[in-house]
Amino acid sequence: MARSVKISRLLLHACILGVGVVMIYPVLWMVSSSFKPEYLIFSSPGLWPAEVTLDNYLNGWNIVRNMTFGVFFKNSFIISVIAVIGNVVTCSMAAYAFARMNFPLKRIWFAFMLVTIMLPSHVTLVPQYAIFHHLDWIDTFLPLTVPKLLATDAFFIFLMVQFFKGIPKELDESATIDGCGPVQIYYRIILPLALPALLTTAIFTFIWTWDDFFSQLLYLNTVDKFTVPLGLRLFLDSQGQSSWGGLLAMSVLSLLPIMILFFFFQRQIVEGIATTGVKG
Amino acid sequence: MLQKRKNYLIAYLFLLPWFIGFFGLVLGPMISSLYLSFTQYDLLTAPDWVGWQNYLEMFSDRKFIASVKVTLTFVIIGVPLQLLAALFVAVILNKGLRGIGFYRTIYYIPSLLGGSVAIAILWKNIFGMNGIFNDFLAAVGIEGRGWVSHPDYAIYTLIALAAWQFGSSMVIFLAGLKQIPQELYEAASVDGASVFVKFKTITLPLLTPVILFNLVMVLIKSLQVFTSAYIVSEGSGGPSNSTLFYTLYLYQKGFSYFEMGYASAMAWLLLIVIAVLTAVIFFSSKYWVHYEYGGKS
Repeated sequence: MARSVKISRLLLHACILGVGVVMIYPVLWMVSSSFKPEYLIFSSPGLWPAEVTLDNYLNGWNIVRNMTFGVFFKNSFIISVIAVIGNVVTCSMAAYAFARMNFPLKRIWFAFMLVTIMLPSHVTLVPQYAIFHHLDWIDTFLPLTVPKLLATDAFFIFLMVQFFKGIPKELDESATIDGCGPVQIYYRIILPLALPALLTTAIFTFIWTWDDFFSQLLYLNTVDKFTVPLGLRLFLDSQGQSSWGGLLAMSVLSLLPIMILFFFFQRQIVEGIATTGVKG
Repeated sequence: MLQKRKNYLIAYLFLLPWFIGFFGLVLGPMISSLYLSFTQYDLLTAPDWVGWQNYLEMFSDRKFIASVKVTLTFVIIGVPLQLLAALFVAVILNKGLRGIGFYRTIYYIPSLLGGSVAIAILWKNIFGMNGIFNDFLAAVGIEGRGWVSHPDYAIYTLIALAAWQFGSSMVIFLAGLKQIPQELYEAASVDGASVFVKFKTITLPLLTPVILFNLVMVLIKSLQVFTSAYIVSEGSGGPSNSTLFYTLYLYQKGFSYFEMGYASAMAWLLLIVIAVLTAVIFFSSKYWVHYEYGGKS
């Protein structure tokens, strides 16, 4: 009996692991192929490169004339970091007001905020584009960063309101007795205690902005403003199927920041999804 | 009294960025896109009122109809596939196996990376004529083809890409499974219930709030798929419109043809469809979602 249980457990482990390997096989293949010489990429579906080379990385990095992929990485980083700062600061400010302060019409504004979470961005697309066009912001980073400074990712406001509500109110009250106003309570008490929620916001904002393709495609037109996703698309269009090696190498590089983030913050990411339903 | 007023002012100052964003970038544009949906608008000249024309034109627009079909196919096959895979794997991983953290990571990685352009490019490669998918088919004696460039199959490669990313739903299911009190299973075991009976009478009913949540989230996300279709078809929605997703066509209409009134009408139709579907699901949840155990989802 005990032995058959043991065997069935072992079998289960083998199945889960086997299916798991199939699941991540494409990613592993991409990483390994990026180190294979071009002529081996399509002729060997296996993982172990018969010949290891860094040519794909060198070719890919320098693929655009007078420019390197470094420019795209720099642009992506600038946009993502500003988005992270914007979301953390402005969403936490709004969340503090909703979670801790009283003011007229609070319920109505809160309801409006909730509704915007589910809104497909397409209903605001054309007028937003027109606004940015009138401001002469097309082909700059501003349409991609300014909205984040205006707390438009309402999901994170909601997430932080939920978290702030779990912080004991007595802390605010004793701080008030000590002479703290709402502003001090916000940055001396709430923010330090809400670090996990701020971190979740920062991580997901970074991943989403880094991966975002639609708005970057929409607003950035000239190559020197391109981000990593746009750089990859440019590569795909201009080189076609002739240079898969370089393309795969740059694709691997493009995923690296997210993988590093996941490596360090795995617990926060998985818990963030489990407890709040953020889609990773 | 004065202090109270002052605090109101401070609260509104905390909300100021959100207010500017809400009115300037959400509510204002929403109303204006509703207006634009009844006009012809190309960004450079003033909008021209045309009444219901944009909406009526959709019924005879073959590309529009194709985009609806593609998106519906994707949703009807992809959403159940994704949820079933997520539920199945979550239930198995929840059996108290050792190394669950490691397995969860492996199954989650596709969700983490899947939305990127890089993975869409990888997909285009894998399911291309010379891709590794055909190599594996050849190994079992099946003749391959260029899956992404064939109008009958291209969409299924994208459905596979979406289904592949069941990991985040799985993580949410796993969290839901943890909420189910262990005593229930023990009591059922005493009564001699089989694994299957336990799943049907305990796990499934108590998990319905989480199923509801995942269903709504995956559905809304699936209706708005863009990146993978754009990359795989290089922006065209081809071959023969077989990957012309709704949002891809909306993008083409608005920003390739500059028919921004029509694009706005499509956006509003999408909003209405999402709102109606969500409302229907929430209404129907009365009949199939159980909240006995505190209903924490």
